[in-house]
Amino acid sequence: MSEVIVVTSGKGGVGKTTVTANIGCGLAMMGHKVALIDADTGLRNLDVVLGLENRIVYDLTDVIAGNCRLRQALIKDKRYEGLHLLPTAQTKDKSAVQPEHMISLSEELRDLFDYVILDCPAGIEQGFKSAIAAAEKAIVVTTPEVAAIRDADRVIGLLESSGLNDPKVIINRMRTKMVDRGDMMSIEDILDILGIELLGVIPDDEQIIVGTNRGEPIVGNDESLSGKAFRNIVMRILGEPVPLLNLEPNQGFFLKLKKIIGFK
Amino acid sequence: MLDFITRLFSRESPGSKSIAKERLRLVLVHDRANVSPQLLQLLRADLIQVISNYMEIDEENLDVSLEKYEDQVALVANIPVKRMKRVASS
Ligand SMILES: Nc1ncnc2c1ncn2[C@@H]1O[C@H](COP(=O)(O)OP(=O)(O)OP(=O)(O)O)[C@@H](O)[C@H]1O
Ligand SMILES: [Mg+2]
Repeated sequence: MSEVIVVTSGKGGVGKTTVTANIGCGLAMMGHKVALIDADTGLRNLDVVLGLENRIVYDLTDVIAGNCRLRQALIKDKRYEGLHLLPTAQTKDKSAVQPEHMISLSEELRDLFDYVILDCPAGIEQGFKSAIAAAEKAIVVTTPEVAAIRDADRVIGLLESSGLNDPKVIINRMRTKMVDRGDMMSIEDILDILGIELLGVIPDDEQIIVGTNRGEPIVGNDESLSGKAFRNIVMRILGEPVPLLNLEPNQGFFLKLKKIIGFK
Repeated sequence: MLDFITRLFSRESPGSKSIAKERLRLVLVHDRANVSPQLLQLLRADLIQVISNYMEIDEENLDVSLEKYEDQVALVANIPVKRMKRVASS
């Protein structure tokens, strides 16, 4: 019953690693056994976002080369019971990891974990191809900007042509105030263009950067809005139909009035 | 009255979102067509099939393409007709 999910985007810097870390911690908080694979060989990030960078001994490329066993390379998170990281190499290049390596690794991991989540590199080259080869479900991360949505569209096409049908989208860094004044595409606009289902919307939130600075993903923070947004996404992955979060809890009077009179 | 409220709360210019959405729409027409050139090939084959019910066409010189204008993309088909069929009116 375990699932192998790839988190991808096409465009760089839109939030793949942040999403992977938060979904992983969130699923572990709900009592699931989770393995996160950093598939961004050469530019490893997931370890620092999770605060596990000091505990790495072996990595993905060591497992592939046979320098160690898979279990030796897995880092167990001490805060979240059940959460494990398979880090990648910072000094090798993406071609060190071929699709067949990823497939056999995730096959092995799926026997040990409920969820295996792969953090894709940016782009649509080797690293992307290896990561999607191993997955059976895909999450596409985008921001509400032309270039990011364009690349998301390209990636959706590539996912579908390699058999990963109906990927779900996460819209990251949403700024409700900008949408309200007509300077940012809305959730509906983006879904209309991409034509795929929504998994969730994450507000643009400086607390995410604070969390990343500390190596503590925001999903564990009860107070923050983005933490709540990630917890909702986790519930949806677990099959609970959670309604969309209102991203602007303290809207001004005029905004409310606009909504009451049905003016968009 | 509603019109007045509408004007009161909306800004004069439509905002950059509509520009973004329109640009994205146009760029994706091209991206999707370029990514799968088979798409136009398939369309071409289907067109020939449908049109042949009504007229005899010069398949060799049939041309189907997407053309970009200032603010829209058009599907342009140039289909030389050899002969019309005699279709019985119902
Ligand atoms: N919702 C958000 N609000 C504010 N900052 C964010 C948000 N999401 C991501 N960020 C910040 O944006 C930066 C890029 O995020 P991240 O590293 O997750 O992107 P990525 O898609 O994995 O990048 P790459 O393509 O380089 O792997 C990070 O500094 C992160 O903290
Ligand atoms: Mg990343």
